[in-house]
Amino acid sequence: MQGQGGRGRAVRLRAILRGPVLWVGLLFAALVLFMPALAPVFAWAFPGYTPPVYPASFLSLWLSHAGLVAVSSLIAAFVAIGAAIFVTRPAGREFRPIANSLAAIGQTFPPAAVLAVAVPVVGFGSMPTLIALTLYGLLPILENAIAGLEGVPPAVREAAQGMGLSGVQMLRQVELPLAAPVIMAGIRTSVIVNIGTATIGSTVGTLTLGTPIINGLVSEKLNYIVQGAAVVGLFAILTDLVFERIERRLRVA
Amino acid sequence: MIEIDGLIKAYGPRRVVDGVSLAIGRGEICVLIGPSGCGKSTTLKMINRLIPITAGTIRVDGQDVTQLPVERLRRGIGYAIQSIGLFPHWSVEDNIATVPRLLRWPEARIRDRVTELLELLRLDPEEYRRKRPQQLSGGQQQRVGVARALAGDPDVLLMDEPFGALDPITRGALQQEVIRIQRATGKTIVFVTHDIDEALRLASTIAIMRDGRLVQHASPVELLERPADDFVRDFIGRSEIGLKLLSVRKVGDRARLNGTAIGEPIDAGATLRDALAQMIAQGTQVLPVRDGDGETGRSLALGDIVT
Repeated sequence: MQGQGGRGRAVRLRAILRGPVLWVGLLFAALVLFMPALAPVFAWAFPGYTPPVYPASFLSLWLSHAGLVAVSSLIAAFVAIGAAIFVTRPAGREFRPIANSLAAIGQTFPPAAVLAVAVPVVGFGSMPTLIALTLYGLLPILENAIAGLEGVPPAVREAAQGMGLSGVQMLRQVELPLAAPVIMAGIRTSVIVNIGTATIGSTVGTLTLGTPIINGLVSEKLNYIVQGAAVVGLFAILTDLVFERIERRLRVA
Repeated sequence: MIEIDGLIKAYGPRRVVDGVSLAIGRGEICVLIGPSGCGKSTTLKMINRLIPITAGTIRVDGQDVTQLPVERLRRGIGYAIQSIGLFPHWSVEDNIATVPRLLRWPEARIRDRVTELLELLRLDPEEYRRKRPQQLSGGQQQRVGVARALAGDPDVLLMDEPFGALDPITRGALQQEVIRIQRATGKTIVFVTHDIDEALRLASTIAIMRDGRLVQHASPVELLERPADDFVRDFIGRSEIGLKLLSVRKVGDRARLNGTAIGEPIDAGATLRDALAQMIAQGTQVLPVRDGDGETGRSLALGDIVT
């Protein structure tokens, strides 16, 4: 039993080294931190390339972008999971169609349109972007949370009730833990999509990884677009890989 | 121990349980049996209020079940179901510990209780306590299910066709366990089944139901010797009644005093069915009877089995 600890650690280290998370992560970090150093590469690929002047480094662009995604996802998760819990209780069952419709509207309404509507109300900057991202991120989480909560086996539910667990206890100890992998999958989808969507924040004055992309579109410089898109893409891939690890750990069977 | 008085469950105009009155004594195993839709499961589930009572009363240990907060009622009553319902995200130990944890027992006491129950259900504690339900066979899962139902040391245990999903061999083994556990713990058990042989084997009393009403409430022997009507006779299996009686009558009641038999003796506590089987196997028409203290002063003849 005592040797297991050392051997276990070695196995886990090997798994980390072999897994994609570490390498994609390193690549991503390299791009974010050292983009200017890649200037010769871009000069060779795109003749006439002049290094762009950005209002901020890639690192701060990324931090701002990640921050927007994180905050909007947290709010969306909170609201969506809360709504899912409500509509799966006897009291809230009749509100389920409404909740579904609202979340669907949130996603069908194009984020760019949400921005256009929100800016006159809350001004430029991060606020309208946050609103757009939150609304956009609700539906996947809500749908998955409802599916996860309803997916608790009826036998488990009956046994838990028969043993004397209260509604809150059943939710906390049985339903949510069993629904967790499905809910996490919904959060994962929502976050990944929002990593891409957050780029439009640059149109209303927020610093995001979309800034180089939009600059490139405006000045018709392909290399700017490529830089911005590469970083956003890698960010999305990296995040997806991390979520996959989390999901795996949450799974029970 | 359990008094059911004029119990009614209605869904709109339809009465699923229609005025059932039944008294179950302490330490009894009362088996509710009947065809599908007769109301036996509904009656059981009204005892722990999983199904709300429409009219009538149920008293457990003198206490009206509707007068207690429902969670407190359920924590004092064990509940085991056919689909078992073990929590897949918890270990065997955590599953069994559910009610004791709700009752806020100290952890050390809970740990000991889990060990005790695993041993009672004949599962090696050290091997099984950390396993997950997915790693267990159906029979093992149901053993854990029963252990979980007993964990809080309730006086009453409700079992709703708990062995219905198991193969006949496992079912037989678990039926034996229920009898053994009941003898060891003295608990009152209400058991629902649709299998008359299971009922005859387990019950101290059988309550046979039809269309929401109680048709007969009697011991297995009485049910076989004096069935209340044709429905009961047919339900038991009209042509099989004689053979089934063999399974409930004991050798000791029929044995004679002159012990002139030779060969392998049979216990006085064995059933006449076992005696007949042994006679056939040995090719003999008389068997010596062994009493509790090993004496073989009595014997049982083939004729004694029949008349």
